Amino acid sequence: MGRLEVQNVSKSFRGLRAVAGATFEVDEGAIVGLIGPNGAGKTTIFNMVAGVYAPDEGEIRFGGGRIDGLRPDRVCAAGIGRTFQIVRPFPGLSVLDNVTIGALARSTGVAEARRYAGEILERLGLGAKRDVPGSALTLPDRKRLEVARALATRPRLLLLDEVMAGLRPTECDQLVATFDELNRREGLTILLIEHVMRAVMALAHDIVVLHHGEIIARGAPEQVVRDEAVLECYLGEETDI
Amino acid sequence: MNRRAAALLALLATALLALPAVAGSYVLSVATLILFFAYTGQAWNVMMGFAGQLSLGHSLYVGVGAYAAAGLYFHYGIGPWAGLWLALVLCVLLGAAIGFLAFRFGISGVYFALLTIAFAEFTRIGFDHIDWLGGPGGLFIKVAQREHLDLANLRGPPAMFYYVMLALAASAFALCAWLLRSRAGYYWQAIREDEPAAQALGINTFRWKMLAIMISSAMTSVAGVFFAFYYNNLFPEQIFNIGRSIEIILGPVIGGVGTLFGPILGAAVLTMLADGITEALAALGIEIPGVKQVFYGIVLLGVVMFLPHGIWPTLARRLGLETKR
Amino acid sequence: MDPVNVANLAVAGVLTGLVYGLMALGLSVIFGVVRIVNFAHGEMMTIAMYATIVLFAALGLDPFLAIVPVAGAFFVFGYALQTALINPFITRPEHSQFMLLVAVATIMVNALLMIFGPSARNAQLDYLLESVELGPLLLDRGKLYAAVVACATSGLLFALFKFTRVGTAIRACADNYLGARVVGLNVKRYYAFTFGVGAACVAVAGCMMCFLVDVTPVLGPAYTLLAFVIVIVGGLGSMSGALLGGVLIGVSEALAGLFIAPSAKSMFSFALLILVLLLRPQGLLGRKP
Repeated sequence: MGRLEVQNVSKSFRGLRAVAGATFEVDEGAIVGLIGPNGAGKTTIFNMVAGVYAPDEGEIRFGGGRIDGLRPDRVCAAGIGRTFQIVRPFPGLSVLDNVTIGALARSTGVAEARRYAGEILERLGLGAKRDVPGSALTLPDRKRLEVARALATRPRLLLLDEVMAGLRPTECDQLVATFDELNRREGLTILLIEHVMRAVMALAHDIVVLHHGEIIARGAPEQVVRDEAVLECYLGEETDI
Repeated sequence: MNRRAAALLALLATALLALPAVAGSYVLSVATLILFFAYTGQAWNVMMGFAGQLSLGHSLYVGVGAYAAAGLYFHYGIGPWAGLWLALVLCVLLGAAIGFLAFRFGISGVYFALLTIAFAEFTRIGFDHIDWLGGPGGLFIKVAQREHLDLANLRGPPAMFYYVMLALAASAFALCAWLLRSRAGYYWQAIREDEPAAQALGINTFRWKMLAIMISSAMTSVAGVFFAFYYNNLFPEQIFNIGRSIEIILGPVIGGVGTLFGPILGAAVLTMLADGITEALAALGIEIPGVKQVFYGIVLLGVVMFLPHGIWPTLARRLGLETKR
Repeated sequence: MDPVNVANLAVAGVLTGLVYGLMALGLSVIFGVVRIVNFAHGEMMTIAMYATIVLFAALGLDPFLAIVPVAGAFFVFGYALQTALINPFITRPEHSQFMLLVAVATIMVNALLMIFGPSARNAQLDYLLESVELGPLLLDRGKLYAAVVACATSGLLFALFKFTRVGTAIRACADNYLGARVVGLNVKRYYAFTFGVGAACVAVAGCMMCFLVDVTPVLGPAYTLLAFVIVIVGGLGSMSGALLGGVLIGVSEALAGLFIAPSAKSMFSFALLILVLLLRPQGLLGRKP
């Protein structure tokens, strides 16, 4: 149903291979973490799923149908919402307007969209700031706005790109709790790129590790953090002196 | 809108409706001009202020609209209300063509602006060679009379033209107010603020940009029809001129791009000040061509430098009028 | 339509095209580095034309000699314009920048109209009346000399950017604004210098044009558009592209004037602009945007 299948996907940019033969699945209702050193190709995979570019090779399926090569708005219509690594709130519009635009994706009218947007804002603790313009928000609030906006499109799968970066531990925990609730109560599937291990360990059922565009490990969090290949790619090889 | 704003709006409406009763023909003609620029500014605003697409070739739609209606009247005696339909259809198609070419090929920003200029200039020179429409010598349509009301042929006293333009400006205002609060308004603003982010939220940006340009061009074509029957002479060099396109955008830029009252305020401020300056200079015996435009340039420069959002937002705040926009 | 006639026209087109190219070169340099769309470009050229005519009429100064003071003055003017008006605008949205220069252009055109009136003028140089024979071709002496000056100026510009420290610094600023600042380059000062250089180019082109065409204040917008057509056709950011584009436009206008109607020759340029914008926005020699 809401299962994401990435099959043997590759992407190069002018000769530089960003992703090579990546294959993994995200079961419906699961939370999967995508980790790896910087430049490993994680955001490229996100961008291919979200429709920003098409893979050079391979297929991406969601809910059984192919989505690779679809325009970003078609991907959203198919039920996938995303946040951006560098947050992009609509600066000149209020917080409420920002989220309303997201809500319009699946609402019949503006009034209903605004109402639903208001609900989402409450849920993410932004209710009091509904009239603040996007440009006037602090970074943690912008992150929450980004998430709220994506959630307003009522996605079945949410792609979170380094949403915890720059947040204090308490703010991070709050967001983690929100995602956890959304996942358990509404079955929202989540694929998250993260460097903040605190969040990954707390949320993810499964972790996929990417290095130089290739998947080098896959499994439950406790396993993966002990995996030798993973340790090597983060810390380097052991040298006998 | 808060109570103060509503009261002021009612006052303004009353004043506008009563104007012909108290004003002489000169004031009426200035008022008609203000309304004309308020209307075209509002039409341009849909594309730029709402959807963020900078068009510097809007004179194209004024010109095509004007020539369409005038041509039909001149050659076949077909009245302006029927000619209006041809004007609308032609301009919507033109806007759609330009939009399709630009948006499909990913042209935006400065390149898009240049594209619109190129189309307007191309048409300007083209119309110079269409003898059936008068060529460079111009197209003149007969003015049967200026006394009694003949709305069907848009012939009558200056007050008639004033009320027609007032109706147009008021409808444009109402239309834009409605659009702004609708799904279209929200989506356009999203596209204007950040197109890729808008796409990630499910917005088919191509389709909505096309809608913006088509609405804008349709609205502007109506102004062209009015222009034809108000001035009764058309020259390609004048009506398609890039100076016309710049005149159209002066109102909204000075008043406030993307706001509802911006185009109206800007048109009023600009026209009245310009007229004031011309009158003052004439009284001093100075009648030099170009003074008015230098003044336009200086005002534009001042506004762009010091009031980048236009006069309206600051004014509205000062007067305590706006709650939101 | 005999071939010698066509050839004469084509060569005349090349020569005029080189002067157009110089004008466009100024624009290309400005846009390539400062990334600002100089909507007042044609107006600046018109001012240079008037300046040259005034110097000629009042002081009898030969336009070829007037190049030095006029270009110098324009360098200063461009530098000042960038520093005072445009530098604060670099971070503003595109349409604001555009509007700023539209305002400046409007003021320029109409100030000229106020000062000089709408009637046409030009500079008549007696020693340019005789044509030059080159084999079967008959070349206009004025156009020939103007083209030579245009080439020489362009050559100087190429040398500036390739061989001097200033030129290299400017290219760095164009390539990577932030990087240039990190290594300590005063980017705003280089922007001003670049604008000055671009303005000086336009000035030289203007000096040359004033005995090739009749000058009216309203020429400005037409030349601005022409400069843009050339720069986009030739390729934004490519100096040789600007010259190549200029020659192309010069020749096509000349030939279009022959084969279609003379008044329609600009239509061809605009049609070309539309086509290039749609099909190959990086132009002939430009880098992909």
